[in-house]
Amino acid sequence: MSMIPVSWYLVLSAILFGLGVVAFVFKRNIITIFMSIELMLNAVNLAFVAFARAHNQLDGLVFVFFVIVVAAAEAAVGLAIIIMLAQNRESLNIERVNLLKF
Amino acid sequence: MIPLPAEQLLNLHRVAPEVVLCVFGIVIMVVDPFVQAAGRRALGWLAFIGALTALASVHLAAHFPGRAYSDLVNVDRFSIFVHVVVIGAASLAILGSLDYLEGEGLQRGEYYALVLFATAGMGILAGANELVTAFIGLEMSSISSYVLAGFRRRALPSNEASVKYFLLGSFATAFFLYGIAMVYGATGTTLISGIQTFLVSLPPSQHLPALAILGLGLIFVGLGFKVVVAPFQAYAPDVYEGAPTPVTALLASAPKVATFALMLRVFYVSFGSAQHLWFWVIWISAVLTMFIGNLGALMQTNVKRMLGYSSIAHAGYILVAFAASTDLGIAAALFYLSAYVLMKVGAFLVVTHLGQQGERRLAVADYAGLGMKQPVLAACFSLFLFSLLGLPVTGGFLGKFFAFQSALDAKIVWLVVIAGINSVIGAYYYLRVIIAMYFWEPSQDYTPTPVAPALSAALLVAAAGTLYLGLLPTRVLVLAKAAADSLSLLSLR
Amino acid sequence: MLLLEHLWIILALPLAGAAINGLCGKRWPKSAVNSVAIGSVSLAFLAAAETVREFSHLAAAQIPYVKSYFTWIVAGPFKVDFALQVDQLTVVMLLTVSFVGMLIHIYSTGYMAHEGGYYRFFSYLNLFKFFMLTLVLAANLIVMFVGWEGVGLCSYLLIGFWFLKKSAADAGKKAFITTRIGDFGFTVGVLLVFWTFGSVNFGDIFKSVSGMPAESMAQMGILTVICLLLFTGAVGKSAQLPLYVWLPDAMEGPTPVSALIHAATMVTAGVYMVARMHPLFSRAPIAMLVVAIVGALTAFYSATIGLVQTDIKKVLAYSTVSQLGYMFLACGVGAYGAGIFHLMTHAFFKGLLFLAAGSVIHAMGGEQDMRQMGGLRKKIPFTYWTMFIATLAIAGIPGFAGFFSKDQILEAVQSGPHANPLLWLLGVVGAALTSFYMFRLVFLTFFGAPRYDEHKVHVHESPVNMTVPLMILAFLSIFGGWFAAPKLVGGVDHFTKFLDPVFSSYALPGAEVAAEVPAEAAATPATELLHALTGVPVIVGILGLLLAWWFYIKNPETPKRLAQKARGLHALLLNKYYVDEIYAALIVRPLLWLSTNVFWHAVDEGVIDAAVNGTASVARASGGQVRKLQSGNARSYAAWIIIGAVGFTVLLLGLLGVVR
Repeated sequence: MSMIPVSWYLVLSAILFGLGVVAFVFKRNIITIFMSIELMLNAVNLAFVAFARAHNQLDGLVFVFFVIVVAAAEAAVGLAIIIMLAQNRESLNIERVNLLKF
Repeated sequence: MIPLPAEQLLNLHRVAPEVVLCVFGIVIMVVDPFVQAAGRRALGWLAFIGALTALASVHLAAHFPGRAYSDLVNVDRFSIFVHVVVIGAASLAILGSLDYLEGEGLQRGEYYALVLFATAGMGILAGANELVTAFIGLEMSSISSYVLAGFRRRALPSNEASVKYFLLGSFATAFFLYGIAMVYGATGTTLISGIQTFLVSLPPSQHLPALAILGLGLIFVGLGFKVVVAPFQAYAPDVYEGAPTPVTALLASAPKVATFALMLRVFYVSFGSAQHLWFWVIWISAVLTMFIGNLGALMQTNVKRMLGYSSIAHAGYILVAFAASTDLGIAAALFYLSAYVLMKVGAFLVVTHLGQQGERRLAVADYAGLGMKQPVLAACFSLFLFSLLGLPVTGGFLGKFFAFQSALDAKIVWLVVIAGINSVIGAYYYLRVIIAMYFWEPSQDYTPTPVAPALSAALLVAAAGTLYLGLLPTRVLVLAKAAADSLSLLSLR
Repeated sequence: MLLLEHLWIILALPLAGAAINGLCGKRWPKSAVNSVAIGSVSLAFLAAAETVREFSHLAAAQIPYVKSYFTWIVAGPFKVDFALQVDQLTVVMLLTVSFVGMLIHIYSTGYMAHEGGYYRFFSYLNLFKFFMLTLVLAANLIVMFVGWEGVGLCSYLLIGFWFLKKSAADAGKKAFITTRIGDFGFTVGVLLVFWTFGSVNFGDIFKSVSGMPAESMAQMGILTVICLLLFTGAVGKSAQLPLYVWLPDAMEGPTPVSALIHAATMVTAGVYMVARMHPLFSRAPIAMLVVAIVGALTAFYSATIGLVQTDIKKVLAYSTVSQLGYMFLACGVGAYGAGIFHLMTHAFFKGLLFLAAGSVIHAMGGEQDMRQMGGLRKKIPFTYWTMFIATLAIAGIPGFAGFFSKDQILEAVQSGPHANPLLWLLGVVGAALTSFYMFRLVFLTFFGAPRYDEHKVHVHESPVNMTVPLMILAFLSIFGGWFAAPKLVGGVDHFTKFLDPVFSSYALPGAEVAAEVPAEAAATPATELLHALTGVPVIVGILGLLLAWWFYIKNPETPKRLAQKARGLHALLLNKYYVDEIYAALIVRPLLWLSTNVFWHAVDEGVIDAAVNGTASVARASGGQVRKLQSGNARSYAAWIIIGAVGFTVLLLGLLGVVR
């Protein structure tokens, strides 16, 4: 465990975050886009844990729990919103959600 | 003298407004299923009473300045000021919602509960002294807002506003959170005052840690999204247009104030020593924001969307005061925010009324001849528009005046020149609506409905406040200045 | 000292009138609306008169008399009182504004009698009076600014009063937007004043500026910048080149509005402001020169456009722009007193001209085209005589008010401390043109054969509440300038002497001596009188009159008439025709061509209008582009966020590397 430097975790976290960002822009399905946000949040969690380890503190670990709780709330509300849209539009393609523009 | 309460009781006093808001919110949610459809309106009044109680409890919290819950929450004059503005805006929005929801057949308790929860979240934002606490507050207000934006479930625009707001809001929040993680990694703390101490105690020869500065940039993404500054503004016109109008009134006002408050704390307090760096970020963002907001609004024919763009432009003007990097700049920003909230909520509430059922009447042409049909309503709307435009005797004028003056004081002349050009552009689209109201042939196919008492009360309060800030600004300015002074600032320049 | 203590009463009266009429007037009969409107402005005039009486008892040390009512704004070092002040300059403006305003109110009760929205009109008019008096009485720049913006707003409301007429609404909008460009300059100027002097009170500013040396011609110092910015505001408000475009369009409003706002009072606010800020301008020679050049060019330029207008109100509008140019020319050469003098006499005779024009339009049942008039002299004699007097006054015929003030201006341009022969020439030519187009107006309207259908148009003299104000103003158009008359016989110019304490107390040490020179040269009374009566301005004025007479009475220029005469084969007339031809070919045609094609169509419509419209369309086009950025697609919005995130973090990190 102590063999692996903290920076490796950070690099992994950055890669995960980047993947999330890229997926957000390139995926069309709203559910997939939502999952990419979850990926980004988990990248953040990884960073928190790594920093907590580096600073030898518990704070960072506590933050992770907060983030998980908030992400869960967000998921609950978000899925409800997406379902509502899916019912009215019968589509989950983000490209077609463009009634409001200009 | 009352003996000081025990530690826990003291803490509770300091977060009294949030506690009150949440308790009322929960009560409303619990009671909601047991109330007949006809009686649901009473829940709205209950929420309004809750908001007023929260306002009163701000007074209680103000008696116990200091920090609560091991330094997580601040109670200082700054947070008091912001609390009053935010909760005030929410109360006005609740008053404005009562008859709207009735007309749309949406009268449900959860609406009011969500407004109260969102307001509580904003209160946390205003007082937070710790970044993860601020994150919780931000999410509380955001998640409630996502639902509120989609509250007209059957209407496609409302669905779309909700989905866009939710996806992009979560996206931006992830950046914000990643920024917090970076700052935590660099400084080992997430306390706003702790970061300040850490950065100041660095030996002068040493660079500011790059990781912390990276974190600051990412935090700006998240907060900039919420206060709607460029280039994170793109969602705002869509969401403001699609959301139910009273919700738009709330979204365009209160969260901006609360988030600006947090932004001021993070940038001025935590990162005061990096002012020479973030100054340019604010500068560029201010210029972009003003131009995008004003130019975007120029060609709008939908009044609601036009006001959405206009609120982007106003965020830009506030950034001008922000860029001043002085305590006067903070005071100017706070004054601007209070004037902004009154005129913006007022303007959107007028749109709420005139939209009629299903929000059909939103085009400029629908306002034709309003000056004849409903002179008082038209006069109120003109007052709000004049204030947004920045004519004297209104709060909007003095807000702009102080903002530009503080920037000039700080010798940021070019930014003020650009802001001036923008306020000239702005004149065009606000005036167009006024011209429609007073100088166009009244449209025949539209008979106005009388303004309901609750809405008129909200409008009158907003109008009176706008005039009050324009005529007798001193008291509010003194409070804003005291609020700015209560931030433990470094000597910034 | 009752009213001097309570100056606010002068403001409160018209405001109360506006509020009462605005709130209750809809349900009241016209007579009630009338009595509220006229009562409030008459009381305001009486209060102003009483104030002036009390003011005359003050010792010199107590002037300017400043009265602060409450502290309005405090923001750190920035402190503004709601303060009013009275000094000699204020007295002149106060009396002019309140008196002319009162007359025009009375006139309006007749003119607007048959219009809808009667109460609204008077409510706006009273509100205008309130703001105008605020502007005049202000003791600091912020209070002045409130008045400044307020009169603009009222002007906008009144121009667009007939809002169902699209051109009226457009004109209102144009006025508001154009003057806002100027107001932006003014706002920045005020900010800079505060920044430089640490105060916005006139007293404090002038005290600190009197310790400053004058800036040189080669140096763009802070005073020059401030003055140029303030002058931008004046250019917008007082319709000078290049921002004058709104004023001719503003004639869409009811005629009393044109008389009150666009001739007598509001448009002169710019001149008043420049005169008020004279301690700053006097120390900024570049700004002074700019003021003088803009003034002289405007005076000449808009006079040329006036030559070819056929709408009776448009002629007067261009004439107003031109006369305002003279006032700025006076200020630009340091003759502030002469500028204010002309402002006052202009308020009399131009107010009268507009009211008389209104009476003509009223008599003709709404017709404004002079080509459709003619021969009205006998039918509406009151209107004719009063208008004729006003025309003599504006043309600078000796004995009439305009003669004294215009003469003072041109004299200052010719031989004052900032004399400039080129500007003088522009001014003199402008004076000749003024005389020409004004008499053209009179001759076309009142002389010759009627060119309207006499069966359809029932010409009638206006009611007494319209003709009485005309007569009072006619009286003032003759005698309103006689304050300066003793000077002609080597005596004292009472008007200049009265204003002298204002303009000399903060003057530069060197300038005072220079200002004395012309007064001493006036030591020989007889030659002075002769000199003034045969001076170039008078000669060109009479020349203009004769020329107009030649063209429009002696030899009516319509081609049809000329052709008829040719058929009559009278050698003499043929000869005259021949003279006419040469005359026309050599002088008039080129001039007409110049003014029609170059100034009016090319410069006025082609360049300036196009520039204004062009700026607007660039803004609109870029607005369209910005809208397009908002594609409606959430993924592209996310791309914005990503670009912002990457851009800002790179910027921050770059600065971190570069700065430290």
